[in-house]
Parts: sequence; C-alpha cells; structure tokens
Amino acid sequence: MLKPLGDSAILIQLGDAIDPILNQRVHALSALLQSIPAVIETVPAYCTILVHYDPLTTTYNQIKNLIEEKISLLDESTHRPSRRLEIPVLYGNASGPDLEPAATTLALSPSELVRLHSEREYTVYMMGFTPGFPYMGILDERLTLPRLSTPRTRVPAGSVAIAGSQTGIYPVDSPGGWHILGHTPLKLFDPLSENPFLFAPGDMVKFIPIEKDDDGR
Amino acid sequence: MDDRRLTIETPPSSMVYGSSSMVVEVTDLTGIATFQDSGRRGWNKFGVPTSGAMDWFAYQAANSLLNNPPNSAVIELGLGEVTFHSLRNTVLAVTGAGYEVENYIWTFPLWTTFYVRAGWTVRVKKTNGGNWAYIAIAGGFDSPILMNSRSTYLRGGIGSALKAGDVLQAFTPTTDLLKLAARDFPVDKFMPYSQTPTLEVIPAPQADWFTPGGIRTFYESEYTLSPSFDRMGYRLQGSPIEKAITKELISEGMTMGSIQIPADGQPIVMMADSPTAGGYPKIANVTRASLPLLAQCEAVVSKIRFREVVVDEAQETLKKIVAR
Repeated sequence: MLKPLGDSAILIQLGDAIDPILNQRVHALSALLQSIPAVIETVPAYCTILVHYDPLTTTYNQIKNLIEEKISLLDESTHRPSRRLEIPVLYGNASGPDLEPAATTLALSPSELVRLHSEREYTVYMMGFTPGFPYMGILDERLTLPRLSTPRTRVPAGSVAIAGSQTGIYPVDSPGGWHILGHTPLKLFDPLSENPFLFAPGDMVKFIPIEKDDDGR
Repeated sequence: MDDRRLTIETPPSSMVYGSSSMVVEVTDLTGIATFQDSGRRGWNKFGVPTSGAMDWFAYQAANSLLNNPPNSAVIELGLGEVTFHSLRNTVLAVTGAGYEVENYIWTFPLWTTFYVRAGWTVRVKKTNGGNWAYIAIAGGFDSPILMNSRSTYLRGGIGSALKAGDVLQAFTPTTDLLKLAARDFPVDKFMPYSQTPTLEVIPAPQADWFTPGGIRTFYESEYTLSPSFDRMGYRLQGSPIEKAITKELISEGMTMGSIQIPADGQPIVMMADSPTAGGYPKIANVTRASLPLLAQCEAVVSKIRFREVVVDEAQETLKKIVAR
C-alpha cells in the first residue's frame, strides 16, 4: 500500500504489526529501492518504508510506479544477508540500575533475567529516537514490562534497556523511560567518524555478558 | 579598532572554522545562531534528522543573491540578535522575516545585499513579524562538514551554536564584490509571507483515523503557534481534532511538514530537526511551497489556516516557485 506523505515522500506499508518476518521484508525492499536514482533516502521502520524523493525531478506517480516494480520483485524467499554483531554488556549494579527491580517485578532472579536477555539474537527493526538508537526485538515473553512510570531525565550513553517486547541501547546521553539492565562500553554514534554508526537497520545483534568494562566498573 | 586588528593576526583559540580565510568575528550574540545548508541527507535511517534551513526559500535566496553555490552554508539566526565585526571587505545578504540590519547609521532592509568594509560592525536586529534570518556571505561560509553537510543539529551534538568570539571563515567569492553589492531580491519572485497564511497540505497516511468532524475542525478553524516552538517542531493551538481510531500507531518515518495529532488533539507540525520517525497519527503534511510561510509565523499572533491540495498540484506549485 503506497500513500503520499507530503510532496517529497511516499510511505510504503507492508503490514501492520511488529513482527520479525515482516520486518525482514521491509529491509529487503529498502535495499532494493536504493537502485532507483530518484530516491534520496529510505527510512525502513517496523512494517513501513518512507521513501524521500526529489519532487523537482520525479512526480508522485513516477516514483509510485518505480516502487511498485521493486515490490513485484520482492517474493517471500527474498533474503538479504544480515550483519551479525556481538555487543558486550556489563549487567546490573551502577551499569544497570533497573536489573534488580525489573527482576523482582518479573518474578525472576537477576541472573535468570540476564540469561533470557542475552541468549537470544535480536533484529534491529529500525533506528530513531536519537541518532543511532536501535529498536531491537523480539524479547522473550517473560521479559515484557511497561515503560517506567516516570522517565529519567538523563540516561547515560551505552545504557542497554528494555520496554514492552523490545530492547535498545541509548547512543547519546538523553532522557529515557526504558528499564536499564546494563551498559556497553562500545560507542554507538560518533559524528566525526567516517562510519558514524555501530548499527544499521536490519542487523542481527547478540548481547555478551561481561564482568568488567573499560571504565573498570 | 586597533584591538580588532590584533584579532586578525592572532586568531582566538576558542574556535576557528575551516581552512579558508577569516572574514568576520561574532562580537555579540543573543538567541540561537547556527550554520545551516540545504540539509543532511542519507542518515534518516539511522535516526539523524535532515536539519537544514527552517525557511528553505529565504535560505536559497540569500545564497542566490550572492551567486554562491546552491548548497553553501549560511547563518540561521532565531530569537535574538547577532553583531559581526568584519575582518576584510566582503558582501553580505540577509533574508528571512522579522529582522533588520544596521551598520552604524544605515539600516538595510532584508532581501538585499550590502558591501561591508574591513573594520565595520554589522548588527542583525530582531523586529516583529517573523522568526528566522538567513545571513549569507560572498563565497559562502566555510564551516565544518559533518556527515556530508554543514547543517547544525544541536540536540544530536552535530555541530555547535555560534557564540561571541567565534571567527568565521569564508571561501573566496568568484564574482567581483562590487558587482555583488546593492542587489535587491526581485519583487515578483517574493514568497507571500503573511500573519494570516493559508497553508497548503496533502492528506497524510492516517487521515482516515479522524472523524469527519475532526477533519472539518482541521480545515475550517484557525490555529496559532505556541510560544515554545523550536527547530524540531511547531506546536499549534486551537480547536482539538477528534479521532475515530485511538489505537497506537506503530512508529513510521515522517518528514518536515508532517502534522501529528497527539492525544490532546492539538496539531504538532514537524520542522527541520524533526525526528526521523514518530508514533502519533498524521492528519496531513504541509507542502514544501507552504513551509516557509509556516516557518516564519509569529507565535500567538499569526492566524494559521489549512487548505487541502492533491500531491500533483503541490508539486506543480513547487516547480513554479523554483523556476521563477
């Protein structure tokens, strides 16, 4: 389903759910769209892709037709090789102030929570909120929690957190309402670097519990 | 004046931009002044806003008045005043709305270019009737390029706001300065800035999430701009818009001009530093042709109305404005 979002973007809706299989189709189609010269950039999300184009060189109907051609090439077997990333995480204590309260709420031990969080491989469904923030899922059902009732005004960069059926990492210091389980020493965003982002939408991610990070925590 | 000459020989350690020649020093600044260009493209999928000028028309005009390359960096000034001390002869162009330019005894209107001699002081002052001024310099400012753009995104730590003491660099202009001075922007090309604009909008993907009454409210009533507006978004105040569907939207991409309707029914129009995606239903999207009019609306004072257009019509209108 294609609809205009203003005169310079078109929204592709492939479904209406947060679902790993549907999201893989989103990333596969987003990759196919890069070969259309009129496309300025795409924003793959959970079940949609927003395509930005230049209205001075391409009309809405032209871009719509070009996108429909690509959609017809996208069959159920379309597979895009994903990057696999391992992310070291120091769980609990000062690095993960919400680990113990979250475990209590979920009727799990902290170590059981860490095991459930780190044994799965997650998909980066989309990125946003702040530059480089990966929305990842899907969490084990036993880890589902609502957001904090009062968001923190400052969550430190590198905080690994969960909310609802998702997990994420704060790339820069920012306000935040997710439950902070731990901290990664990796830098997710560096505007001065040639490759400013650690993650890309569609990546596969696994957390590796560590005992100590570079800060000696 | 002698103090200033010392500044020329020994640049302040605070911040020196780029590698080309120093041209002006910021001596006084209130409000927010940032470098902006036509925007940072290609990083939306990582969550980086497009940024760029709030008023693309005034931005382009400032550069075109000086024969600058189309993507040159300019200074965007909002909510305050800036004073420059010139370190060499140059020509400035200032466009936008709600400002005037002073040089000791003369006052220059916006949308003109003026010669500035080394040693002169130029002040861009806030008046009524707009929000953003665009200050372009002959040759274009040489500010740092981050992720392929000279646009500043303060919340993301991409670039920084200008401050008093900054010495700014510019490229050498290719046109003779005397030929660039004293130009006026052609009246027949002007953008019809207004305190009572009717903004053209295209219905957005969730337009059918609203009741017929809610849609009528949106197109038939008047909205004002909340005083707490910024580069990220313009919160509007007026009759609340009624929803028919109240489920949560799964976050999806959005763009400058997207009009989100949160739970309180008051529209929020996303602007240059818009988050790349959002989870509120969008009723409509302001056209590019109408965005400059919205950008320059004055908080509380301006009366804003919306008119529905189809996408083909919006694109034709945009082409006409750009071709003028």
